Amino acid sequence: MTESLLLLDKVDVGYGDFQALFGIDLHVAEAETVSIIGANGAGKSTLLKAIVGLVQPMRGEIVYEGVSIAHTPAHKRVAQGIALVPEGRRIFDSLTVEENIVIGGDVGRPGPWTKQRVLEAFPLLTRLLNRSGEGLSGGERQTLAIARALMSNPRLLLLDEVSLGLAPIVVRQVYEAVPIIKAQGTTVLIVEQDVNQALAVADRFYCLLEGRISLSGTPGDVSKEQITEAYFGMSRRSH
Amino acid sequence: MVWTNAIIQGILLGGLYALFATGLSLSFGVMRLVNLAHGDLAIFAAFMTLSISTSLKINPLVALLIVLPAAFVVGYLLQLVIFDRVVGVDPAFQIVATFGLGIVIQNALLEKYTADTRGLNIGRLKTSTIKVNDTIGIGWLPLFTFITAVVVLGSLALFLKRTKLGRAFRATSDDPDAARLMGIDIKRVFAVAMALAIATVALAGVLFGARSSFDPFVGPARLIYAFEAVIIGGLGSLWGTLAGGVTLGVAQAAGRQINPQWGELFGHFVFLAVLVFRPTGMFGKVQSR
Amino acid sequence: MTTRVVRGTLASRVFAVVAITAVVVLAFLPSWGSISLQRKMVELLTLMALAVMWNLLAGFAGVVSVGQQAFVGLGAYSMIAFVNVHHQNLYWSVLFSALVAAVLSIPIGLIAFRLRGSYFAIGTWVLAEAVSLIVILQKSLGAGNGVSLNIKGHALATRQDNSYWFALIVGVGAVLVTYLVLRSRLGLQMQAIRDSEDGARGLGANVYRTRFLVWMLAAFWTGLAGATYYLQQLRVQPAGTGGAFSVVQWTAPIIFIVVIGGIGTIEGPVIGAVLYYVLRERFKDHQTVYFISMGIIAIAVALLLQGGIWGTIRRRLGADLFPVRRRLVQRQD
Repeated sequence: MTESLLLLDKVDVGYGDFQALFGIDLHVAEAETVSIIGANGAGKSTLLKAIVGLVQPMRGEIVYEGVSIAHTPAHKRVAQGIALVPEGRRIFDSLTVEENIVIGGDVGRPGPWTKQRVLEAFPLLTRLLNRSGEGLSGGERQTLAIARALMSNPRLLLLDEVSLGLAPIVVRQVYEAVPIIKAQGTTVLIVEQDVNQALAVADRFYCLLEGRISLSGTPGDVSKEQITEAYFGMSRRSH
Repeated sequence: MVWTNAIIQGILLGGLYALFATGLSLSFGVMRLVNLAHGDLAIFAAFMTLSISTSLKINPLVALLIVLPAAFVVGYLLQLVIFDRVVGVDPAFQIVATFGLGIVIQNALLEKYTADTRGLNIGRLKTSTIKVNDTIGIGWLPLFTFITAVVVLGSLALFLKRTKLGRAFRATSDDPDAARLMGIDIKRVFAVAMALAIATVALAGVLFGARSSFDPFVGPARLIYAFEAVIIGGLGSLWGTLAGGVTLGVAQAAGRQINPQWGELFGHFVFLAVLVFRPTGMFGKVQSR
Repeated sequence: MTTRVVRGTLASRVFAVVAITAVVVLAFLPSWGSISLQRKMVELLTLMALAVMWNLLAGFAGVVSVGQQAFVGLGAYSMIAFVNVHHQNLYWSVLFSALVAAVLSIPIGLIAFRLRGSYFAIGTWVLAEAVSLIVILQKSLGAGNGVSLNIKGHALATRQDNSYWFALIVGVGAVLVTYLVLRSRLGLQMQAIRDSEDGARGLGANVYRTRFLVWMLAAFWTGLAGATYYLQQLRVQPAGTGGAFSVVQWTAPIIFIVVIGGIGTIEGPVIGAVLYYVLRERFKDHQTVYFISMGIIAIAVALLLQGGIWGTIRRRLGADLFPVRRRLVQRQD
């Protein structure tokens, strides 16, 4: 196995009295695309938040590029090359589309992604540049959120529920971006409720169930039954 | 003619109110923090200016060169040491901490300077006026104050619109967590916002002290006028704050013209009318929360 | 094995006995205590009542007002109006004054409730200022200079004793009212709202109505305490030291008392009031420094020890003197 870009070692995360993640062990190698699947409330988003630093783990270790980042503040992790496209897009409504793109590159690393390069990859944004973030459609917002994250030239890009609430055709457009991103050598970690979509693009996957990893492997090597069981936590006979 | 004069004076006074309100508008906009010690910090700055100008024997307006940077630093530290802990928690604690700070400042000033009323002696600027005709005279100081308010608000608007840090301010105001994901150190943004808020209100306090007499307990009234200006103008709009300040100044001047005791009350009535009939204010986008 | 819902604990039952004894002893204070102690107790008890009511609002209903001085002033000045201008009975006037405060809290609340959080707080302050300015315009109420309550025909000793008993009822009553409210349906809704405003709304609790009712109740009791305090003081003035509409005179101490004693607990404001009053008497000659210290302590509590004195004790001991929360107890039969 190649050396991991990201490694989680027995990570516990909680909010107050409520613990959301239990003993998570996970690794992602350079240039790999890994999906995390699981039902609503399984702890997928919390896992991504812990990796970017929006929540602090109670126990365990998060190692990135061989260095512990468990206590590095979120804003510094961006400069180290970790970017998150958050659930719900979370575009800045009072900034223009152009400002939304540029702000992503304020802090970050040098690399292939520039404003020009991003607009070439996502041409639909070009005609929206002077619009405010507020009036955009769901698909436009999602595209902008991805473009914004790419501007920091991340080494590790985290995508949280990018298809949620989008029409299927828009979802397909959004996922067309994944190969473009991978082509730059970027490592991608995807959280997705839509299992088929998530497994289609992934080299490997992890399945979360009630805050614990219930299954991991390569999409081709596991059966549908195994995934169903890991996803729902019980055996369901499909016919 | 008497009325024209009253309204002109009201507009100019409104500029001062807008200057008091700028920091309140900014700190609410960026971090949803309402500092109940806002007015007391202004009066604190006026007293500092008094001490510095008397001990160094310089004009109070020259003393601003020391007071404003100091106020900036005080605001920065206040945010880091005190206010950061009450951003985003139960508003009760935010109110208690900032209100408590106000009481501490008032009593510390009382201890040091007694309850006597003071004034800042800025020399000829205070008394010279431009005589338009027999009933209308425009004081240089009120005019200077008004222009200062416009310049400060304009620079702040430019800063927010054109600079990288200003963009970070707006992003943080929209969504602090998403801003962190852009690599923005929001604690630093909060601290700079508070530093600017305290520096502008210190400037307002000194210009107020040059124009009227003050004692340790006049801060809360400044807070109230600033707050009224923000609400009348509408939250989230700097130019709205200027309009709100001017509206309040004119309302007070008009009230005073009818009966000397009605000035403040008229201002309050306009504020209450805005709350009842147009809660978003004149230019506001968001509900007052 | 059966399960039942209980509220009381051993500590709460012992406490009930001690508290009732204490109230009985206090009721006879005029026969064993000095006049000066009696006067001091009026001050302490009314201050305690104000703090308890502010705590009901801020700590339980989530309505943080810095304009409660409006209702102190309305209570005091209504009493003056009833007695001096309309020649009503002195003691009935105290009660009517509280009603006036409650009735006027409706229009004041309708406006203030358009604001939320910190803006609500300053909004109540502005409204209190406006009320004060309107009162100052009334020449029959002494305008800005203040006015004395007309007590012709009332013997000094009877009036002193009656003021004291009023204050005792107002102070102890405030605690009892809080306790009863919290045990009622309204109290359950308040707690649900405090835990999650949206959740409570989803369960059908009318957040606005619940808060408004508590707001009116607090206005009534605050007006009652204000009238009672000035029933003893006799002299009422709008602003400045001792002013009925003064934020420094009323709201500042109230907030300090509640926060230091323990916001959101029934016991906290009582402990806070006693502590605040005793220390204030002790440092009588250093009032300014005392106020500065209280302010700093209140800030520190708000930042670091948000439960205050009682909240901290309760967490350590797990004791509740006023059992409001229901507990499930399993018993082996």
